[in-house]
Amino acid sequence: MNRDPLQLIMKIVMPAFLDTLYMVVIATTISTIIGFFIGIILYVTDKDGLRPNASIYKVLDVVVNMIRSFPFIILVVSIIPITRAIVGTSIGKNAAIVPLVFAGSPFIARLIEGSLKDVDKGLVEVGKSFGLSHTQIIFKVVVKEAVPAIINNITFATVAILGTTAMAGTVGAGGLGATAITYGYQNFNDTIMYGIVVILIILVQLIQLVGRKIYRKKI
Amino acid sequence: MIEIKGLSKFYGDIKVLDDISLEIKEGEIYGLVGRSGAGKSTLLRCINRLEDFQSGSLKVDGVEVRDLEGTKLREFRKNIGMIFQNFSLMQRRSVYENIALPMECWGYNKDEIDKRVRELAEVVEITDKLSSKPRELSGGQQQRVAIARALSLNPKILLSDEATSALDPKTTDSILSLLKRINRNLGITIVIVAHQMSVIKRVCDKVSVLDKGKIALNGKVEDVFLHKQDEIREIFGGANKIALPSTGINIRIIVPEEGESNRIISKMAQILNVDFSIPVANIEQFKERTMALFVINVECENFNKVAEFLDYQNVTWEVVENE
Repeated sequence: MNRDPLQLIMKIVMPAFLDTLYMVVIATTISTIIGFFIGIILYVTDKDGLRPNASIYKVLDVVVNMIRSFPFIILVVSIIPITRAIVGTSIGKNAAIVPLVFAGSPFIARLIEGSLKDVDKGLVEVGKSFGLSHTQIIFKVVVKEAVPAIINNITFATVAILGTTAMAGTVGAGGLGATAITYGYQNFNDTIMYGIVVILIILVQLIQLVGRKIYRKKI
Repeated sequence: MIEIKGLSKFYGDIKVLDDISLEIKEGEIYGLVGRSGAGKSTLLRCINRLEDFQSGSLKVDGVEVRDLEGTKLREFRKNIGMIFQNFSLMQRRSVYENIALPMECWGYNKDEIDKRVRELAEVVEITDKLSSKPRELSGGQQQRVAIARALSLNPKILLSDEATSALDPKTTDSILSLLKRINRNLGITIVIVAHQMSVIKRVCDKVSVLDKGKIALNGKVEDVFLHKQDEIREIFGGANKIALPSTGINIRIIVPEEGESNRIISKMAQILNVDFSIPVANIEQFKERTMALFVINVECENFNKVAEFLDYQNVTWEVVENE
């Protein structure tokens, strides 16, 4: 293992980097869509929401909490049958996306619920006082006001999902995490291990930077 | 226009509104005043059904509000604008977009909206702020935007929930005169909730004073404020009862501040040639006119003379009981 570091990085780290990027982008996107949907239902059915519904809220609340209390590694293993049913295999980057979405959606749902609840309750009253429908109050008023907070939270969630992909790597997903462990740590190759750490640091900085840019634009 | 009969509301076991009955006529400015927790805001919210109530009746233009559901309720609310203590503007929308929001949601077309927004901006005097964001405006300007928004759907009634409570006295004045102007020029009935007596006094025609969920006093603003001072003091606490002289007879005199009648005191001194002291002299500003309020203290033997004179001059007066 005495090859040129640059060549090492191009041949081993680069594909892993692209895999990680792929997993993060796809998993975050799907989780955001599902999480947004669940978050809105939680917001609406909460006891002082627009249409309180104790049973719907309770069920969603328990399910969200349950999934979130799984350690990610265990979640990956325990939903293998579901993963197989969806993507046909339990190994590889596509297979990793399933548990990533499983873990990511409830997480984002909570963040969205929180962002919506932070919107001035008075605005909901304003909406009602003009005779707006619930859908209009949610989308034209509450969600619209919550956009900056939602952007902040999704940035935060993206970084968290990036961290989680490293763990998904240990169950055959590939990506930067797996490469850092197998090629770096277990092979005593410091170049790869620390190289990947540096790449991850830069990646997190980039995600934050983009998030901040969008936030500034939206506020 | 608004008719409330025997309205009661509970939160669990706690009765927050107790057998409220009152009537608000078209074109009036009606005040609901009381200490915090007296139920005045809750009562106001019953009018556009932001709050439900358990018994009694509340009719707006003959329509029983409790029976309204779904689209009917939404259509009904369209006719009632509302403004709030903390303005409740959308921070991410410009002033223009804030005013336009209700019309957008009710499917007005762009030209109509544009025309109406500019018209309203003129009414509330914020034409130069249309493209600003609410956070760039002062409190008074934000409330003006909220008023414009509340008027956007051409309501017949405007509900004002402590709309001036977060504003300084000067800004309060300007908002109150704006409300008065809206009432006069557009003929909109206004219901004002406030905890400051001064607000009610200056703009309202009639007032209900709420205390612990009940109506404690009711009537024309001038009557309530001029003749029920002791009751008001009892409800609101605040300024200590003014210590009136314990000897002689104390007479409260109320006269319009303008014109001849405000010289009644000096005239009385000249004509009757009696001695008296003036422990209280106040000017009270009401919606339509300003009244002067005096308490004079006369000796018992002069009382009949004075009473006769006051009656002859057609002055409103009453004896204030000594404690």
